[in-house]
Amino acid sequence: MMQHGISVPTLGVENLQVTYAVAGGPVSAVRDVSLTVAPRECLGIVGESGSGKTQVFMAAMGLLAVNGRASGSVRFDGREILGLAPEALNRIRGSELTMIFQDPMSSLTPHLKIGVQLAEVLVTHRGFSWRDAMHAAGLILERVRVPEPQRRLQQYPYELSGGMRQRVMIGMSLLCEPKLLIADEPTSALDVTVQSQIMDVLRELRFEAAMAMILISHDLGVVAGLADRIIVMYAGRVVEDAPASEVLQRAHHPYTALLLECVPNLRDARLERMPCLPGQALGAGMQELGCAFAPRCPRATELCRLERPPLRAVHQSVQVACHHPLSP
Amino acid sequence: MNDSLLEVRDLSVNFGAFSALTGVSFSLGAGETLGLVGESGSGKSTLARALLRLIPAARGTVMWRGVDLLSCDSATLRRQRRDLQMIFQDPLGSLNPRMTVGEALAEPLEIFEPGLAARDRQARIEEMLERVGLVRDAARRYPHEFSGGQCQRIGIARAMMLRPKLLVCDEPVSSLDVSIQGQIVNLLMDLQQEFGTAILFISHNLAVVRHISHRVLVMYLGRIVEEAARDALFAAPAHPYTRALLEAVPDPTRAPAGIPRVADDNLAAAGEPPVGSADPSGCVFRNRCRYAEGICEREIPRLEPVSAQHAVACHRWRALATSPDPTQSAVREPRPA
Repeated sequence: MMQHGISVPTLGVENLQVTYAVAGGPVSAVRDVSLTVAPRECLGIVGESGSGKTQVFMAAMGLLAVNGRASGSVRFDGREILGLAPEALNRIRGSELTMIFQDPMSSLTPHLKIGVQLAEVLVTHRGFSWRDAMHAAGLILERVRVPEPQRRLQQYPYELSGGMRQRVMIGMSLLCEPKLLIADEPTSALDVTVQSQIMDVLRELRFEAAMAMILISHDLGVVAGLADRIIVMYAGRVVEDAPASEVLQRAHHPYTALLLECVPNLRDARLERMPCLPGQALGAGMQELGCAFAPRCPRATELCRLERPPLRAVHQSVQVACHHPLSP
Repeated sequence: MNDSLLEVRDLSVNFGAFSALTGVSFSLGAGETLGLVGESGSGKSTLARALLRLIPAARGTVMWRGVDLLSCDSATLRRQRRDLQMIFQDPLGSLNPRMTVGEALAEPLEIFEPGLAARDRQARIEEMLERVGLVRDAARRYPHEFSGGQCQRIGIARAMMLRPKLLVCDEPVSSLDVSIQGQIVNLLMDLQQEFGTAILFISHNLAVVRHISHRVLVMYLGRIVEEAARDALFAAPAHPYTRALLEAVPDPTRAPAGIPRVADDNLAAAGEPPVGSADPSGCVFRNRCRYAEGICEREIPRLEPVSAQHAVACHRWRALATSPDPTQSAVREPRPA
């Protein structure tokens, strides 16, 4: 535990680099990313498409495409898992370390009943009998508030709504009582009403289950309701790492502040135009000169265009990569 | 209204025994933006497609500048289509991957203005690309070379090539990063200003609809449950379903960080819309509504006026309007962080 000063982080990523071999040379997707997730902590990862936010965890899970290469270190519960053979990874993935994705339909097998898909996890990882596994599957559906769980076990994925499928995926990820659940845009494909219900399920799990959680999203509004700490990524790098309350009250990086302003809300009195970021995110693949955000940044100076700002502590527990961070 | 561009009366669509759309009526004026809000399965996209006769309607009329689009002959329909354009949720999926952007934008001109000289066509394409915030050079590239936001700009450029009088936008920003959504919404507002285009803007997120709409329709299971001028709707949402939609909008400044909520109990609407035809005997929303009473099971609520610019289909709206409601206050008076 933290108090004893011997805390082993649930996940520790150090100097992670991810590059893709493409025609025309290697392209960087993740550049020198370091982060830790403490036991039971919920970490939010926020960034636009192409920021590398998903790639960090695909690399950690050993799920990069064949032309992708990762270097650095990823320690899960104290053990190095980067570069582990698939057989060794398979003992961890899906049981101790689980991940859910944006599109629950393509994460489920279309021709198998929900019950079979859930039970199979326990039969494979925990050596359960099918009968016991099926019983546990019913209980887990109840836990993620799927109505009529016994009937759902006998249904196929196409018979369920998007929100229900995502509940099934969350349930499946919990079956082996993981130490860490990584949720990658779990609600981005869902209606706002269903999104808020799924967030409630995740919120409850945070308090009931003894696990850490990583919530990845392009929407700071979604992450804000759940995360203890938020990491903001831009062009493959961490640009801000701070407690969630700090990010929401006073973002230090201009990019974070703008992202926060962009969340469509019902308070904004300026109805005529919707706040947004100008331009578009540069993919992580571009050549770096200076700060990657400078072309879109209202505070950018000559210095920003010439010199890349390092990630440095501005407060205790707040790190920012910016030459001109917003004042305290 | 006499000056309306589009007048929809009693539009219904059935898919087999399932009623996807039931008795929908509304009008849309020239240069006006009408927001259409509801969850998956509420019939929003079905409505958009039925209006343009992309799918057959079971009943109703769609009067468009003196022509009923649902009963006119196909030659007439084709002539009207140049003024009726549509953009979709998946901007990349709605572009032909084998056509350059220039070819995709040339197509509407080739069909509707075949006499146009190649050079003039090229000029119109480049002008429109710049108008939507892309470079002229984009014409020579393929859709996959662009980001999601840029592809949506291409879709908008293509739809605007013929200066349509109505642009139907079906969830145009739902698949985009929140940081980019505003760019597209603002672009649509600018184009409307410039060309006087009427817009039907479909979305499940009221916070987005709020920026662009002059009036808003809220749909549930194929029926309109609330219709109001924007300010009237957001100041005093009358239908419990509308309130639930408002409540569901995530807002970082009123995030319940660290406090577990009792799932669903705080929501005006729990659960999800039922799948399959709604029971026609009462209010379609009653099974998810925490205010439902006996009458809601027996009688279908009709749209009735709340004020001059506001109508709701709910038996209980009067009682809800006078009782203090935690849902409503949460929306109106957000707690500062």
